[in-house]
Amino acid sequence: MASTVVDEHIDHAVEDHAHEHHDNFITKYIFSTDHKTIAKQYLISGIFWALIGGFLSLVFRLQLGFPNAQLEWLRPLMGKWITTTGKLDPEFYLALVTMHGTIMVFFVLTAGLSGTFSNFLIPLQIGARDMASGFMNMLSYWFFFVSSVVMFISLFIETGPASGGWVIYPPLSALPQAMSGSGLGMTMWLIAMALFIVSTLLGGINYITTIINLRTIGMSFLKLPLTIWSFFLTAIIGLLSFPVLFGAALLLIFDRSFGTSFYLSDIYIGGEALPNMGGSPILFQHLFWFLGHPEVYIVLLPALGITSEIIATNSRKPIFGYKAMIISMLGITVLSFVVWAHHMFVSGMNPFLGSIFMLLTLIIAVPSAVKVFNYLTTLWKGNIIFTPAMLFSIGLVSFFISGGLTGLFVGNSAIDIQLHDTYFIVAHFHLVMGSAAFFGMMAGVYHWFPKMFGRMMDSKLGYIHFWISFVGIYMVFFPMHYIGIAGFPRRYYSFTNFDAFSTFVDLNAFVSIAAIITFAAQLIFLFNFFYSIFKGKKAPLNPWHSNTLEWTTPRLPGHGNWPGELPTVHRWPYDYSKPGAKEDFIPQTVPLSETPESNLQHEAKIVAELKSKVKS
Amino acid sequence: MVNQQVHIGEPKATLSMHPKKFALWLFIVSIVMLFAALTSAFIVKQADGNWLSFKLPGIFLLNTIVIAMSSLTMHLAYSAAKKDLLQRVKWMLLITVSLGILFLIGQYISWSELINENVYFVSNYASGSFIYIFTGLHGLHLISGLIFLLITFISSLRLKIHAKNLLQIEMCMTYWHFLGGLWVYLYVFLLFNL
Repeated sequence: MASTVVDEHIDHAVEDHAHEHHDNFITKYIFSTDHKTIAKQYLISGIFWALIGGFLSLVFRLQLGFPNAQLEWLRPLMGKWITTTGKLDPEFYLALVTMHGTIMVFFVLTAGLSGTFSNFLIPLQIGARDMASGFMNMLSYWFFFVSSVVMFISLFIETGPASGGWVIYPPLSALPQAMSGSGLGMTMWLIAMALFIVSTLLGGINYITTIINLRTIGMSFLKLPLTIWSFFLTAIIGLLSFPVLFGAALLLIFDRSFGTSFYLSDIYIGGEALPNMGGSPILFQHLFWFLGHPEVYIVLLPALGITSEIIATNSRKPIFGYKAMIISMLGITVLSFVVWAHHMFVSGMNPFLGSIFMLLTLIIAVPSAVKVFNYLTTLWKGNIIFTPAMLFSIGLVSFFISGGLTGLFVGNSAIDIQLHDTYFIVAHFHLVMGSAAFFGMMAGVYHWFPKMFGRMMDSKLGYIHFWISFVGIYMVFFPMHYIGIAGFPRRYYSFTNFDAFSTFVDLNAFVSIAAIITFAAQLIFLFNFFYSIFKGKKAPLNPWHSNTLEWTTPRLPGHGNWPGELPTVHRWPYDYSKPGAKEDFIPQTVPLSETPESNLQHEAKIVAELKSKVKS
Repeated sequence: MVNQQVHIGEPKATLSMHPKKFALWLFIVSIVMLFAALTSAFIVKQADGNWLSFKLPGIFLLNTIVIAMSSLTMHLAYSAAKKDLLQRVKWMLLITVSLGILFLIGQYISWSELINENVYFVSNYASGSFIYIFTGLHGLHLISGLIFLLITFISSLRLKIHAKNLLQIEMCMTYWHFLGGLWVYLYVFLLFNL
């Protein structure tokens, strides 16, 4: 055994030498194959998109909260989308809603979250020099970049961006004559998404390959941090579901541009019958939601993984139920593929089929609840340190609970008849998936900023950012439950024509004001982030006294991450406050034989066995 | 000293296979999902009605034989490489490439057979459109396989493929067998479901 290790040391020494090449600006910061740089590229692109997506939501919140307001002042920015009477153009309202959804779900919470943290943390936490294929990784980012460019340009074209909702149901999205957004805007949406899928698949293949094949010595699957488990399962979900969206989009492209009838049938526009016969729009919904539902977990799982890590570290306690967490995530992964039709309860599907999907959907509550209880029991009696990252993680748990509970309502096929496509749904998924995943992302940024940029973010600004966001998000989405139960449909331009809804005018205005305040709080983060990159306090090597491998690298790890040989892993990542230990954390690289004072019975036995083996 | 050896002996190296091979398998998984989605769409659409049944082009059977033969020659190329029979590797790869191209030509001919039977891509019957999508998408993937084969062929001309350097030809073989298998799946699927 010892001799093979020596061989490997020599291998590594050779490798280190190979890494000592000098990059110029372009290979270092733009076309970089270093996973840390690619992660930062994803993060900055994600932040850029989050600002745009957030801004779009403010514009339509203005319309919903203040239907009579003069929006003339937006004309310099929005041009002809402000009508001559100073109102928001109704068709552009739909475009805003569509693009807000698309941008947030795919560009921010898929690419911005998975792209950033999978890229950054996988090699650092499993003890690898880089991803399995640095080139593929770079390609993944640049596909995403081109996709972003196409989507961004589509915001500015004359007929407007795609407007059929982020779910792009045909026939609305398939017929350019249906609405102006279904013309060029929709074509660009499809092109951008095709590129996006390629990017996600390239990234996902890389993540899975790296996690399985490039773990350092000793890093068995049951010693992996939960972050890595979550990225691993996220990548698997993406690998299995994104090709299906690709298939759905492909058929849609043929329907739109070549005249096939996969989704189109019996359509009259302006009294004139279209030639398309025999298509099935429900088919699209099935294909779309086969991706669409797993996509929810693609967004959420990385956030949950990040939270597990941060809560354990800052409670100074081992994560409660490490294996239960893994099994829960596995359960969520499997179940995420067999519940898609709960988005289609009112599409006229067989009620018996509906009840099966209802059962499967409600079963997801079990692993989700296991995770929540494990977070709470990890916090229980911990020596909690309220860093900004910790606050955001606890905020995530809060959103996950309050948004998850409403999932029990909307997952029920009978109750869904009343709630389908109302603001109740909007409130539900914005809390459980949108805000929770967003808080997970923020937690990750605050926690790993010192490793990314070698400097600390200002924690006072972090606290302000957290509290305004946390309270603000609840102020935005909690009232929406009431509006939804009252029957407010989503995606409607205006409610002023319906007497039944006039009592909610004030509530809508309240929501809009809360949304503006919440958005403004993100500017604090923005300042903190960019200021700290350049002027932040220099970070110590292990600022949070954490156990995982990334904190054993130099302050600013170079290409290859560890200057010498790769670290060896001897224990799981959650040895916090171990009874008898000198300090309240024992990094994964510390061998059991060095900590006889804190070893548990079975660990002491392993050490004794090894010693006797060496002696003989 | 004893203590130090304990450090070294304790953790085990992790299980792993070659990352590139593994990535290829994952890529294959994503292609499987794409075709799984399309073939299930086919079944869902069929249950929906407005369905046109027609005879599959006869040349499909011939093409299936051609692609199966190419899998065989691919395998022969691989076993030749294992035995360091470099001349044979080149020939077998060349035959595989030719058979692949022959298959593509055959698939193209199948389209005109379909048109003769009045089965069109653009029509109100999705059954016809689906056949074009299956063959077309499979053809596109097959072209990517051909490119991979050509690259492998060029490496064999440069004598870079031999018993001690099998990675490339192994990956090429895996992908080519998969593409052949994918076609057999599509063919059998259509035979039973159309």
